[in-house]
Amino acid sequence: MDKVMMLQVLAASLFALGLTGVIIRRNVLVMLMCMELMLNGVNLSLATFAHTMGSAVGAVLVFLIFVVAAAEIAIAIPIVLLLVRRKRTLDIESYSDLKG
Amino acid sequence: MTDFLAHLDTLLLWAFAGCAFVSAALMLVLRQPMRVAIALVSCMVFLGGVYGLLGLHFIAAFQVLIYVGAVMVFMVYAIMLLDPRDESGGEKFSKLLWPGIIGLSLLAEALAVGYWSDLPPAPRGAAGEPFDMIRFSQAFLSEYWLHFELTSVLLLAAVVAALAVIKENRRHDHG
Repeated sequence: MDKVMMLQVLAASLFALGLTGVIIRRNVLVMLMCMELMLNGVNLSLATFAHTMGSAVGAVLVFLIFVVAAAEIAIAIPIVLLLVRRKRTLDIESYSDLKG
Repeated sequence: MTDFLAHLDTLLLWAFAGCAFVSAALMLVLRQPMRVAIALVSCMVFLGGVYGLLGLHFIAAFQVLIYVGAVMVFMVYAIMLLDPRDESGGEKFSKLLWPGIIGLSLLAEALAVGYWSDLPPAPRGAAGEPFDMIRFSQAFLSEYWLHFELTSVLLLAAVVAALAVIKENRRHDHG
């Protein structure tokens, strides 16, 4: 298998594994980590294309995704903290108050 | 021996990619959040190795510095803070386990079909010129300066939002 193709397949698998984790796990923190895994899959795809095409756009986008990941985690952790203070649990299914 | 050394980087690339995949898959089956975090950290470090082998050394450095050093340390801190308070002790998987697994297997099948049915090769750069730091830096600070500034605005908004969340919580506690 071609090296680039293998890395793209790996990137897609990381994204799919992260998405599956977000769907099937119940722990909020584990779900957040699975989201990070999805971002890592996207990063790998972008970096592989930046390497193959010799262009800077992919690498610039990878940097922007780093920043977005840092901002996301800085917001998500306080929200989870507050949720746990109110509900005393990390289980996502007890946070269903907004369900219509 | 020289033949082995010539293929060493390809071997290492495959090994890093395989290890990253295995640690990502472990994240789905491990039960304790701390073990999941360790699996994610190892996945990120292996991906950093992949970036290094591709010649994108600065992305590898930032992968380790920002993801492993900042994001995951923050996450581990949150796990240490919150996990003892978790009183649910319930099941590991949600009700959506089977839809999730079916979706994953469909995606695996699509990938396998895409691989075996001879997709066109990935496009290459014009002269196959390698990626270099100088061109990246010039493009980053001349063409993409607006995006760079917008991300700093995003970070500022994140800081303000985090402060607002905490403040709201304090008011709720006192009220």
